[in-house]
Amino acid sequence: MAEITTLTTAIKELVRDGDTIVAEGFSHLVPFAAAHEIIRQERRNLTAIRLSADIVYDQMIGMGCIRKMLFSWAGNPGVGLLHRFRDAIENKWPAPLDIEEHSHAGLAEALTAGATGLPFGILRGYTGTDLLQRTPSVTPLACPFTGETVMAIRAVNPDVAIIHAQQADRKGNVLMWGVTGIQKEAVFASKRAIVTVEEIQDRLDTMANAVVLPASRITAVVHAPRGAWPSYAQGYYTRDNEFYRAWDDIARDRDRFLEWMNENVVGTAVLQNG
Amino acid sequence: MDELKWTPEEIMTIVAARHFRNDAMTFVGVGQPSVAACVARLLYAPELTLVYESGAIGAKPTVAPLSIADSELAETADVVVSVPEIFKYWLQRGCINAAFLGTAQIDRFGNLNTTVIGDYSKPKVRLPGAGGAPEIASSAKEVFVIVRQTPKAFVAKLDFITTVGRRKALAGVITDLGVLRPDRITEELVLTECYPGVSLDEIRAATGWELKVAPTLKETPAPTEIELAALRDLQERTEIAHRGRGTFDI
Repeated sequence: MAEITTLTTAIKELVRDGDTIVAEGFSHLVPFAAAHEIIRQERRNLTAIRLSADIVYDQMIGMGCIRKMLFSWAGNPGVGLLHRFRDAIENKWPAPLDIEEHSHAGLAEALTAGATGLPFGILRGYTGTDLLQRTPSVTPLACPFTGETVMAIRAVNPDVAIIHAQQADRKGNVLMWGVTGIQKEAVFASKRAIVTVEEIQDRLDTMANAVVLPASRITAVVHAPRGAWPSYAQGYYTRDNEFYRAWDDIARDRDRFLEWMNENVVGTAVLQNG
Repeated sequence: MDELKWTPEEIMTIVAARHFRNDAMTFVGVGQPSVAACVARLLYAPELTLVYESGAIGAKPTVAPLSIADSELAETADVVVSVPEIFKYWLQRGCINAAFLGTAQIDRFGNLNTTVIGDYSKPKVRLPGAGGAPEIASSAKEVFVIVRQTPKAFVAKLDFITTVGRRKALAGVITDLGVLRPDRITEELVLTECYPGVSLDEIRAATGWELKVAPTLKETPAPTEIELAALRDLQERTEIAHRGRGTFDI
């Protein structure tokens, strides 16, 4: 059963130094508020998984939370490159960043396999690419029935999944709609799951086959309105495109980045709406 | 020659837009491919089924999206499916007819690099990485690449092979100078079209290998007033739509 709690408590109790985390959101419902609390609580040595790693991973990398990243794309959507991610890889600032990279289809397969409890997933892909040499969690496999060569992708089972959704009920059942990306697989693959939501309702008013994550698979639900800002929550608020553009300048320079983070994340009180 | 009435980027986008087909399920990314898709929907393929890797199938954007999961894509889509579903049931299953990709580097066989410039372990520029491109290129029936033709982009040897150019599927590389297509026998990219006002010398100088030119080389028809007006109006509307700090819907 999910516990309805505060962001401070959820991160304090469920995200530990050295954990493998997956904070998902495919440009929609990106869990910024929860990631900012991880930064405020100064978690270290995290292995962070993400298909489309964006600004929020740039912020955690620049603030020294992430030691290793398992990803398939890392950029500022519609704007350009991630400067803190680049600085970590190119100049080891603020610390060296280990990487292991896939394609979206490959990493999606790793999380799906994790969610099913199988040791690996399979797909057609990677043949002829240099990813095959660089990514140890991919290896060719002969189909036992036809002999066709497919790629085996090792499953991932993170310690904790962190996502943002539109609504939860008071038992902790979670409802999300719009682009729901790979959040369901991320939650089901992980040992623990933290979900921040825009609203907590007495009853989820929806069809039974909408994307509902049952309370039994979720550890903590946190009421965090605007918790996906500057990304968007369909039905609640639109994407802050100007911020995504502004981030390009903020993140380009180390001092300006630290100043911005101290002023807008580290030095701010967490929303306590639990 | 009179001064051209279009920019290199405009002709590249317009030529790309002419390659979209009404009856094709077409995979597109953000940037140039999406701008071209919007122009195509206005002028050439109004019934085009656009597919985004965020899971939006049948999206009908009125302005070019900034991200692959912009709310307009989700709200106008026929259906929005999960990321595993789009890659497994749609792309890998072979349901996607065409795809338009961008890239940082391309070689003479249409292989693409979006991973690093320089050495992998100590890169000069770390790029975003693969995203959906490798499987899009290996599963879509027809693949088009849209990329500006410069010596830095058109290289003799890629710093990293992120995406393999599949000879049978690679239908065209649309640049800001002309169009290249793979030779049926050698599989090497050959210049088949050259834009009005662009010289062969200019194109050769922008290519990091000894470029082969098709004996049937033709001049691409110039962008029409209608095409240019549609593109410029789209760009203006896109700029206005993406302005602003975000708003609350309720």
